[in-house]
Amino acid sequence: MTVMERLATALAGIAHEVETPADGTPCLRVAHDGVRPLMQALKTGGGFETNTFVTAVDREPAEPRFEVVWEFLSVKHNDRVRVRMLSNDEYPKVPTIIDLWPGAAFFERECYDMFGVRFEGHANLRRLLMPQAYEHHPLRKEFPHQGIEPDKLYREWDRKRRTQGGQPS
Amino acid sequence: MGSLKPADANQNKGGFLATRADALVNWGRKNSLWPMPLGLSCCGIEMMSMLGPRFDLARFGAEAARFTPRQCDLMIVAGTLTWKMAEAARTIYDQMPEPKWVIAMGVCSSSGGMYDSYSVVQGVDMILPVDVYVPGCPPRPDAVIDAILKLQTRIERETPVRDLLATPVTEGWEEGTGRFKRQPNKSNPTRRDGEVAEAEVEAAQ
Ligand code: SF4
Repeated sequence: MTVMERLATALAGIAHEVETPADGTPCLRVAHDGVRPLMQALKTGGGFETNTFVTAVDREPAEPRFEVVWEFLSVKHNDRVRVRMLSNDEYPKVPTIIDLWPGAAFFERECYDMFGVRFEGHANLRRLLMPQAYEHHPLRKEFPHQGIEPDKLYREWDRKRRTQGGQPS
Repeated sequence: MGSLKPADANQNKGGFLATRADALVNWGRKNSLWPMPLGLSCCGIEMMSMLGPRFDLARFGAEAARFTPRQCDLMIVAGTLTWKMAEAARTIYDQMPEPKWVIAMGVCSSSGGMYDSYSVVQGVDMILPVDVYVPGCPPRPDAVIDAILKLQTRIERETPVRDLLATPVTEGWEEGTGRFKRQPNKSNPTRRDGEVAEAEVEAAQ
């Protein structure tokens, strides 16, 4: 039984399109409003107990620009499914899935850090890798290879350290 | 064990007592460097093997790695320093008591190495005054031991007692703290510190 046959009843009534990318993993494309019902169906009806990753793709100059990608693994059935959502917003807004798959929390933070995708309902959506006060999202296409003022935050901290003498010597 | 030779034949200004005292202090300092192991990535593993029995840094008196900066005088930056980590590295350096020295181990900490990228400090000399650079990715432990030996010959040429005598105690003393004002490492010719350039800019304003 293929994934799509297994999912047929679970996904009944939820708007989505089925695609088959080159690597053969079945792929479901949904709009923003379809994300939550689809995820719930995958979790309960589809038996996907593992969230493999959450990430985004910056497809500039293609339109729509951003694509948020989730992948799920069912250990029980040994199959995978991928979910895509396209968005043309400057900062795409996507519902969170950490209530269904708590392990997605770090992926969502990383995705927010690197692409600026806002996960609605994520209580702790802070940067994961870059410094908290950093203003840019490094994996976006417009971000230069060597960064935008990578030392700015350090220099600010350093100036404060020297002028206010906060650090013991 | 090094010999108790005069600090430097060219610098015979200090008189017999001061030069002899310099030689004694330097001899003590150079043979008991206590490293602060700032192992940030892969180079850190090589540094551990350097400290271990096979390469045995204890032969040169520098095996007493301490994980608190308060007890260290040699910072070995072993690995890729990111801008996010730079504040921590600088804080650790500031917390080390004077006199202190820095070895940049590996290309990552010397120049950023292959990580010509937005997150990596392009050489720790952007934030710290480095005394010895060790090339290699990672450098063999022998190379780092060589760097420590080179640092020892440099320490031999320093003039701590004469510096102290040249600075009146009332000037060098920091009010109410019971310690000397922190002096920048004057003997370091390789300083490419952003701090210096920035301090000049600020002074001009
Ligand atoms: S110089 Fe090479 S071995 Fe050392 S931290 Fe960088 S990448 Fe790792």
